[in-house]
Amino acid sequence: MLIEFFLCLRKHGLNTSLTELLDLLGALERGMVFANVDDFYTLARLVLVKDESQYDRFDRAFAEYFEGVEQVDLASAIPADWLERSLQRQLSDEDKAKLQALGGLDELLKTFRERLAEQQKRHAGGNKWIGTGGTSPFGAYGYHPEGIRIGQEGSNARRAVKVWDKREFRDLDGDSELSNRNLQLALRKLRKFARTGAADELDLNATIRATSQKAGLLDLQWQAERHNAVKVLLLFDVGGSMDDYIYECEQLFAAARNEFKHLEFFYFHNCVYEHVWKDNSRRFAEKIPLLEIINRYGRDYKLIFVGDATMGPYEIAYPGGSVEHWNEEPGAVWMQRLLNHFTDAVWLNPQPTEHWRYYQSIDLMRQLVSQRMYPLTVDGISQAITTLLKKSAVAAVPSPSNS
Amino acid sequence: MSFTSTDNYIVADDLGLAVNAAVTLEKPLLLKGEPGTGKTRLAEELATSLGVPLIRWQIKSTTKAQQGLYEYDAVSRLRDSQLGSDKVHDIANYIKPGKLWQAFTAPERPVLLIDEIDKADIEFPNDLLHELDQMEFHVYETGEQVRAEHRPIVIITSNNEKELPDAFLRRCFFHYIKFPDADTLAQIVQVHYPDIRKNLLSTALEVFFDLRAVPNLKKKPSTSELIDWLKLLLAEEIAPAELQKGNGLMPMFGALLKNEQDVQLVEKLAFMSRRQSS
Repeated sequence: MLIEFFLCLRKHGLNTSLTELLDLLGALERGMVFANVDDFYTLARLVLVKDESQYDRFDRAFAEYFEGVEQVDLASAIPADWLERSLQRQLSDEDKAKLQALGGLDELLKTFRERLAEQQKRHAGGNKWIGTGGTSPFGAYGYHPEGIRIGQEGSNARRAVKVWDKREFRDLDGDSELSNRNLQLALRKLRKFARTGAADELDLNATIRATSQKAGLLDLQWQAERHNAVKVLLLFDVGGSMDDYIYECEQLFAAARNEFKHLEFFYFHNCVYEHVWKDNSRRFAEKIPLLEIINRYGRDYKLIFVGDATMGPYEIAYPGGSVEHWNEEPGAVWMQRLLNHFTDAVWLNPQPTEHWRYYQSIDLMRQLVSQRMYPLTVDGISQAITTLLKKSAVAAVPSPSNS
Repeated sequence: MSFTSTDNYIVADDLGLAVNAAVTLEKPLLLKGEPGTGKTRLAEELATSLGVPLIRWQIKSTTKAQQGLYEYDAVSRLRDSQLGSDKVHDIANYIKPGKLWQAFTAPERPVLLIDEIDKADIEFPNDLLHELDQMEFHVYETGEQVRAEHRPIVIITSNNEKELPDAFLRRCFFHYIKFPDADTLAQIVQVHYPDIRKNLLSTALEVFFDLRAVPNLKKKPSTSELIDWLKLLLAEEIAPAELQKGNGLMPMFGALLKNEQDVQLVEKLAFMSRRQSS
């Protein structure tokens, strides 16, 4: 029972499992709903869908599965007088006069019935069939001076099919491949726990030891709670070609902010030069010198660049190459300064990996970060984090400035 | 037994069905929705209408799953051992039951509200999988097995700050509370202020929905804000005509707009529409 419905849902990309189908069947057996497609819709959604971003997919799947049923239903469920009444209500005298153009109301209804009989499938667009969004006289959401509107009147006469036909949750449907949770789970690997801060947790082992040393006189020992002690510095490329990846960057940013206590972020455009900034609306007024960043944050910070590295190669390699201002020194020099200080650094690139080889600038940038560039996907982030946690070759050999 | 609108709480049809399904099938019900759409209120009203106690577990960022089961108070046991108290021989004296334990052992079937589960650490829901599914857990210190006599009605709310793991979601029913439409909203207001003047209510609702339609608001006003605002309007005896004047911000805007950027935005829009009309 409902196996086809279940398969239809999965076809539409809902990851519904067997447990949930069994739950739904259980609910039906208990008689939660009976012979009411509207309630069935609500119940099925309640049991099978677990996120409002999936509601739209569910609505579409539901419409597809119940399409056949509903069409038959439509033909028999609309009695002639009901249609007539609703028409009379909607039309002014003037309209009715115009309507004679189509041969009068009776004629219109007759045509409607004929087409309903001819029509096999649900229809959207076009100018003949009954459906949605078209200019046929029959259907919903469309426009025609003599049109019959089906299923869009007040809530007391609302047809069940319209509840999912409205697709109210369309805006919420996001591509869940790069969901916040996935990203957070990927970023979790970067966690490094350390006990810092006020000692407010009872250290049982130390207490027992201390107490027995004092011959049984209670001596409580406390320790600090474990916190995630990893420090992260995020540099985001903004504007220009990065506008296409705003969604991905927002997701990454939101996930990172929830995950790390020590998180600093700055923006740059295309390539890093003398300045970065924190507030995009005041980016020219409140510039922060890059040297200040290098001096302020210790080497223990992990540096993550997020950018598509898609620009003219001269923006990296030549003085004055920047598209926005005159830079005395080429971007590559500034990149090198950053990388000399922050030895644990990676670059996350939202461009699909297949495209990388077509851009000379990406190649240049990859060389600069010694091939530590990864795509901005969950897998890419995992790889990047593995690299960050590995003691890099550069870090293993103490650099001259460190000694 | 079925849950329907009460004297002071309006339940939409689909929400009523969701609650009844969760109660009948003994599954936890996960509620999401804009802040202020009455998620927490629902649990309170459900408990009242069923006449059962409500056990409320408010989740914070520091809450651990273990705290919901029980906590072992080692410090007082150590102190008692110093003082030579007899209690010290039984470890059970130092086990403090948490909210889940209370719910499991309640004499009648209670409503357990796990409020704002998304505030907790990302692993929190995973740590509760077995407990919510089987409604039992093991007390390590005493070797006791705590099993629910009556499976409590579990209501979980989330504001969507973190996504929840799939395994957890599979064990719940999920309902997204939509923002109520104008009719339902009028009903809700009627419940709170039965003697509100008709014309004031309809004008206020109009202003309210216009405000919600303003794009780029940081925090859209929700039902609870509307009700606060109406309370102020009634207290100040503001005439409906004054609401419609449309010069600048609506009176008592502070109840509706909670963000100074939003106030500026609405002010700017009002200014522009005034210029266009003059």
